[in-house]
Amino acid sequence: MKILKQGKTFWLFILLGAVVFGTVQFMIAGGMLNQFYLNTLFSIAIYTILAVSLHLIIGITGQFSIGHAGFLAVGAYASAIMTMKLGLPFVVALVAGGLAAAVAGLLIGIPSLRLKGDYLAIATLGFGEIVRIILLNMDYVGGASGLQVSHLTTWPWTFACVILTIVVIANFTNSTHGRACISIREDETAADAMGINTTFYKVTAFAIGAFFAGIAGALFAHNFYIIQPSNFGFLKSFDILIFVVLGGLGSLSGAVIAAILLTIVSTFLQEYPETRMIIYSLVLILTMLYRPQGLMGTREIGSLFKRKGSGGGSVDAKQRAL
Amino acid sequence: MEQQPLLKVDNAGIRFGGLRAVADVEMELHAGELVGLIGPNGAGKTTFFNLLTGVYVPTEGSIFFNGEKLNKLPPYKITRRGVSRTFQNIRLFGELSVIDNVKVAYHSQAKHSIASSIFRMPGHFSGEKEMDHKALDFLKIFALESFKDEKAKNLPYGQQRRLEIARALAANPKLLLLDEPAAGMNPQETRDLMKLISLIRERFDLTVLLIEHDMPLVMGVCERIYVLDHGQMIAQGTPDEIRNNPKVIEAYLGEEVS
Amino acid sequence: MELVQQLVNGISLGSIYALIALGYTMVYGIVKLINFAHGDVFMVGSFMGFYSITILDLSFFPALVLTMAACALFGVAIERIAYKPLRNATRIAALITAIGVSLLIEYGVIYFRGAQPEAYPGDVLPKETISLFGLSVSSQSIFILGVSVALMILLQFIVHKTKIGKAMRAVSHDADAARLMGINVNNTISATFAIGSALAGAAGVIFGTYYIKIEPLMGIIPGLKAFVAAVLGGIGIIPGAMVGGLLLGVIEALVSALGYSLWRDGAAFVVLILILIFLPSGLFGKNVREKV
Repeated sequence: MKILKQGKTFWLFILLGAVVFGTVQFMIAGGMLNQFYLNTLFSIAIYTILAVSLHLIIGITGQFSIGHAGFLAVGAYASAIMTMKLGLPFVVALVAGGLAAAVAGLLIGIPSLRLKGDYLAIATLGFGEIVRIILLNMDYVGGASGLQVSHLTTWPWTFACVILTIVVIANFTNSTHGRACISIREDETAADAMGINTTFYKVTAFAIGAFFAGIAGALFAHNFYIIQPSNFGFLKSFDILIFVVLGGLGSLSGAVIAAILLTIVSTFLQEYPETRMIIYSLVLILTMLYRPQGLMGTREIGSLFKRKGSGGGSVDAKQRAL
Repeated sequence: MEQQPLLKVDNAGIRFGGLRAVADVEMELHAGELVGLIGPNGAGKTTFFNLLTGVYVPTEGSIFFNGEKLNKLPPYKITRRGVSRTFQNIRLFGELSVIDNVKVAYHSQAKHSIASSIFRMPGHFSGEKEMDHKALDFLKIFALESFKDEKAKNLPYGQQRRLEIARALAANPKLLLLDEPAAGMNPQETRDLMKLISLIRERFDLTVLLIEHDMPLVMGVCERIYVLDHGQMIAQGTPDEIRNNPKVIEAYLGEEVS
Repeated sequence: MELVQQLVNGISLGSIYALIALGYTMVYGIVKLINFAHGDVFMVGSFMGFYSITILDLSFFPALVLTMAACALFGVAIERIAYKPLRNATRIAALITAIGVSLLIEYGVIYFRGAQPEAYPGDVLPKETISLFGLSVSSQSIFILGVSVALMILLQFIVHKTKIGKAMRAVSHDADAARLMGINVNNTISATFAIGSALAGAAGVIFGTYYIKIEPLMGIIPGLKAFVAAVLGGIGIIPGAMVGGLLLGVIEALVSALGYSLWRDGAAFVVLILILIFLPSGLFGKNVREKV
């Protein structure tokens, strides 16, 4: 019964995941990937987690948050404190990074009870900046010069976190709770009138989204040897925003595809940072002008292959392909 | 016969700045009634619905439902107490499918937790399955089951109106507030809709309060009628009493009679 | 004494915030868009002023006027190219576009002239120390405040006494009704962008003469803070933006004076979040609403 309900998409996803994991693990073990490829790989994974977590907040719940780098920073520093200052194992740091960011998510989610649209956007941007300024002024974590972190992020951990993020957020979305969040995005007044506790779901979306951003932060910190407050400015938030917008607000697979593509593009443009930013900004503007629904709209990748979908990883896969 | 009213509105009103949009409204609805609320354009009918459902908080007076004071409750709690509504300007969840619209309204009766959904525990599957069945039942009543996977925003207008009622019904109300449910429908569609409303009232043991512009229609189906004008309740009574009430006639003078 | 000196600094800085905030508030009032690129117009104005003074060899006032005119055109170009096609799109789409325009201007400038900073020549304005009631205040501070106040008075005049000002107020009140009354809504919106951008350009020149150093990313933080100032005063309300700007400048100066200068940048955002939570319609609230 359960297996039928989960649908083929789920098992296909697991199979695909296993193949990707196995291939990469094999290539790493065989020394076939040089440092450049490895870095790109880890960046893709971390940005995928960030994109999917922001997708829950913006794409599903419709809460326009542009301070995601703040959660990333909280997770990165909290996890680095665990390993570097307290000498705890990496797995504890991962969980602690996620939890610390989730608490931050609750804190910023609470003002969201009263704010909408642009005002919420500005408040979250302000929150991200406040986090950065606090870190800048904390001697305990090295202030502006940052914190040295050992390299503990490994491929299996990273991959497991990516899968966990996608499965948890897809499962959440694809349930009555996810529908409650979407109803808030679609029409908050009507959602409220239908008995949805909109406050609760907005804060929950922030907390879950922030939790995974925090986990991404832990992976980030233990991948790059050093973390500094300047890593987490609002340009980083915009980077993550671009994934979600370009992928299609409301599409999880869209966010993943955009994160993978844009991370690869930006890796190749690493030598030309201003060219990269010009391309990014043009992509944003042109997307909004000519394809405001993004690459995927609210559809999921599965719906492209199906005539009449059944369940699966998407909210919208059930919609008839027109 | 004298039992506690289901809804008792006691001197309620709201001010926006200096403007008293609705004032001194008295209303009593008893279980099982089908009551109409009429009044000229801008009389405050929708504002009054917004007071009942907690979208606005009354600045004066009180509203009791089943003996409980609703005044300061947020809208979702009022809905869970058993007051559900439709909107004058249809407010469906456009990107969600037709059946998902109904399931959203059924959400507050769902028993499975967030954790059980995230980790796909047995509770999730049984809960979602039950929701599917219930939602389909509601769609069948409104002859919408063949559209169940369509996006709500792609439905034709008349179906959207019906879906809104189906959705309101799925929230399990005791009191159903319908804000111009027949607006924009042709006479045949309107007659069918009114039959449907009578039918669901019987079947779900509902009390219905109906805002409607179409006077003959209200006169035809409602047992009692309240008349709102300039934010004040100027009359109430049976359709015959309302028809002959000079105040009502005066209020409607100048309004085109539809 | 140091406190008073800090307050004077705060007011100077605050008048720059106020000039930028005016553009934010006017544009928001009329098209409900947070024009993220507004801070970058300020930056562009600063560079135009710099080049007018160093290359064209202009003195302060001609440079100011030239910059304001150029920024007005720049603002209108941004509006026509990027924002106008999105006028009926969702608020989020418009906001994302504004973020994109902002990044494009910043990195466009870096692409064409590099990221290195420039320094305004020190002799643009006479630098004397005036003693006022026993306080020593630099003549520049007074001058800056004077120019800012003059521009704000000019703006009030335009909004209240001219035809275009009347049209702006009408459109911000109800664009559809204004259109039915024969007001050219597109031109009015462009005029709003022009005026707002001219003020931001002026703020850029003033910033450069006062703080000397300018660079391509300089518009981001003052831009955000000016937005905070606009929200603080009540967005859409012109006097609110002025008061909000000055107040924010003074708050920052006080935070510095209390010995927390590293936290100065955070103060604005804390103010923002507190205002949004506790007084979302801003200090000048809804009752004295004067939207443009």
